[in-house]
Amino acid sequence: MVDLTRVFDVLVVGGGNAALCAAVTARQAGASVLLLEHAPRHFRGGNSRHTRNLRAMHTAPTSVLTEAYLEDEYWDDLLRVTGGQTDEGLARMTIRASQEALPFMEACGVRFQPSLTGTLSLSRTNAFFLGGGKALVNAYYATAERLGVEVLYDTEVLSLKLDGGRVREAEITHKGFPETVRARCVVASSGGFQGNIEWLKEYWGEAAENFLIRGTPYAKGGVLKNLLAQGVATVGDPTQCHAVAIDARAPKFDGGIVTRLDCVPFSVVVDRSGRRFYDEGEDVWPKRYAIWGRLVAQRPGQIAWSIIDSKSERLFMPSVFPAIRADSIAELAGKLGLDVATVEQTIRDFNTACRPGPFDGTKLDGCRTEGLDPPKTHWARPIDTPPYSAYPLRPGITFTYLGVRVDENARVLMEDGRPSENLFASGEIMAGNILGKGYLAGFGMTIGTVFGRIAGREAARHARN
Amino acid sequence: MQETDALRTARREMEICNACRYCEGFCAVFPAMALRRDFAAADLGHLANLCHNCRGCYHACQYAPPHEFGINLPQSFATLRAQSYEEYAWPRPLAGLFQRNGTVVALVSALGIALALILTAALQDPTVLYGAQQGPGAFYRVIPWWLMVLLAGGTFLFALLALAMGCRNYWRDCGTQLPASAELRPVMSALHDVLTLKNLGGGGHGCNDRDERFSTIRRRFHHALFYGFLFCFAATSVATVYDHYLGHPAPYPFFSLPVMLGTIGGFGMVAGCAGLIWLKVVQDQAPTARHLLGADFALLSLLLLTAATGLMLLALRDTAAMGVLLAVHLGIVLSLFLLLPYSKMVHGVYRSAALLRAALERHRAARPAAASP
Repeated sequence: MVDLTRVFDVLVVGGGNAALCAAVTARQAGASVLLLEHAPRHFRGGNSRHTRNLRAMHTAPTSVLTEAYLEDEYWDDLLRVTGGQTDEGLARMTIRASQEALPFMEACGVRFQPSLTGTLSLSRTNAFFLGGGKALVNAYYATAERLGVEVLYDTEVLSLKLDGGRVREAEITHKGFPETVRARCVVASSGGFQGNIEWLKEYWGEAAENFLIRGTPYAKGGVLKNLLAQGVATVGDPTQCHAVAIDARAPKFDGGIVTRLDCVPFSVVVDRSGRRFYDEGEDVWPKRYAIWGRLVAQRPGQIAWSIIDSKSERLFMPSVFPAIRADSIAELAGKLGLDVATVEQTIRDFNTACRPGPFDGTKLDGCRTEGLDPPKTHWARPIDTPPYSAYPLRPGITFTYLGVRVDENARVLMEDGRPSENLFASGEIMAGNILGKGYLAGFGMTIGTVFGRIAGREAARHARN
Repeated sequence: MQETDALRTARREMEICNACRYCEGFCAVFPAMALRRDFAAADLGHLANLCHNCRGCYHACQYAPPHEFGINLPQSFATLRAQSYEEYAWPRPLAGLFQRNGTVVALVSALGIALALILTAALQDPTVLYGAQQGPGAFYRVIPWWLMVLLAGGTFLFALLALAMGCRNYWRDCGTQLPASAELRPVMSALHDVLTLKNLGGGGHGCNDRDERFSTIRRRFHHALFYGFLFCFAATSVATVYDHYLGHPAPYPFFSLPVMLGTIGGFGMVAGCAGLIWLKVVQDQAPTARHLLGADFALLSLLLLTAATGLMLLALRDTAAMGVLLAVHLGIVLSLFLLLPYSKMVHGVYRSAALLRAALERHRAARPAAASP
């Protein structure tokens, strides 16, 4: 049993990648560490459970990364996806520090694999975890336990009591029982608030009821909300979240990667009215991936259907849910519960507007519609070869952007700009400092690892002084 | 393969895995899975036999129980493998031996020992059976040479035939073309995978033998058992040559080739069996098909007894205990030979065939021209 009456050097709130990096680093620096994970052991690891890789700068090929990926290119990639909503100083520091991430991870037992298949060709920029994020989380927990980090599962932090920029104590519930924990320093690594539908409703209204959360249900944002109420400086647009269109039949939480649907560019997407509403062929991954969640969220009932014919069946990664199939458009519309005549008209109009061209699903091809509103600007081929298939789409929320502001030492900043004396943050709870908008594959894990290590190091240093 | 609940479970899981593919670095199952979008019954039997039960995928799985998807491939595949052993068994009337296989193996082993003891006691002169026998031909004075050859040779040849027919049933069900003469490379690759147990390596990092941590201990125990078994088999073969062609009957001195091979092999088997039994006791039982553990324990115990009684026979062969020990040892060996095609021993045959098939598929997928006849 963990003795909760003692004063720990470092209290780590959260149980995902960033929390584990902080806990391991602080313990290695000699601090006594208590890590509190809201989830039970089976579901430990937050959204890191669902991750797959980490984006790492490197000047020469490594065991798992090819060629080189230098600071300026990395920064350009980040600048492009964020549209400038980033902090160049923190971002460049993170990018440079990502060079040391891989050796640290390997020392903690994380194993990598060469990237083999899949839709993303990231073997130059991203290191893939053997077995994915849960294997990584397992490795970190094994390392943390071996080093003597105390870990409590089923433990939610309700409140970090701030007093003049200093955390006095933490109010927690452990397996339902209220407790108080005292520590010299606290690292908040408790993620965003995408698992908190009520909070999402503040910005999205009732539509949020129809959102699916791709990751952990334990990302309730409780600590985030608690800190924001105590004068901690915020960063990131509270109304924004990263949303992609996923299979509407996915579980409410924790559906992860297998609920992804890659069929949109080869399809016609209709909403409840049976009509199209956006150019399905607008752009290639990742942009098309990121816009459709928002588009579907704005449709009535937050639902849409992607319709293809048999020509396109094999052009995308198989989905975990079987396609809804029929031998005619009318039958398909009936199965989807849509107005048959409208859907037939939509498909007829689309087919008539398709201009012939050399179809190529792997790049922006010349297949487009003419005289159709909205147009389909690439991969437009008549939907005319039965059997026809449909996949229902709903918005799948990956993460939120709202977070706490930090400095380069992972120290949380107060609204007046002063750093907190003993509160640090790492991971999704502060990722908005660097990734204020958009998404860059494997960068969330980079931020979590780099800031986790900084937070762990600084917290241990502060605790022992 | 029949459409059973086990098969439908495996299919549901493979469809989820195929949409995820995070485990592709672990073993041969996932690249073989990724070549497919639909999973026919025979394909699932193939994938199940390709699985080495390393448990890497279970511990890495974001969808493992209690997640509502409840993915537990090691357990589902073990169940499906057991089904495939039964379905491909030859001759058909003996397929039922794979139901309650642990009981069957235990009973046959007990009967083998009992039969050998009863027959030697009934037919052999007690002064011979309970007296110390030494010098050339000592063993044959207890049990005649012709009887040993007849029983061992007969059961072993039948076992080989039954295993080969089972393998043929499996291969026909899968519908893959046999390797062509130009496909030496995949054949060698499969042979390498069989002999090194590469797929019990988790991509070189080890397996989840006990829990979430990685280790290579199961692979080492299996190697000790497998190569120990081969050494013992080599010892018997060399002894047969000595006896039959060189006119040099057993027993042989300790520092002779057959005894050295047998001793090394025997200790390897004992260590391997004991280690594997220990692992099955201490391992995380969540990814285990527990209803099949009985069959595993029965076979491992039989192999352990085979090696242990062989070593005891070596140690006590100059004493009056030799006669009874020899009967017990040969009774156990007889049971083992009888059970080769009707116990978990068959996994080696189907696993090897599955590895060959996977290597051929990879080879043909990479070079489609080579696949056409």
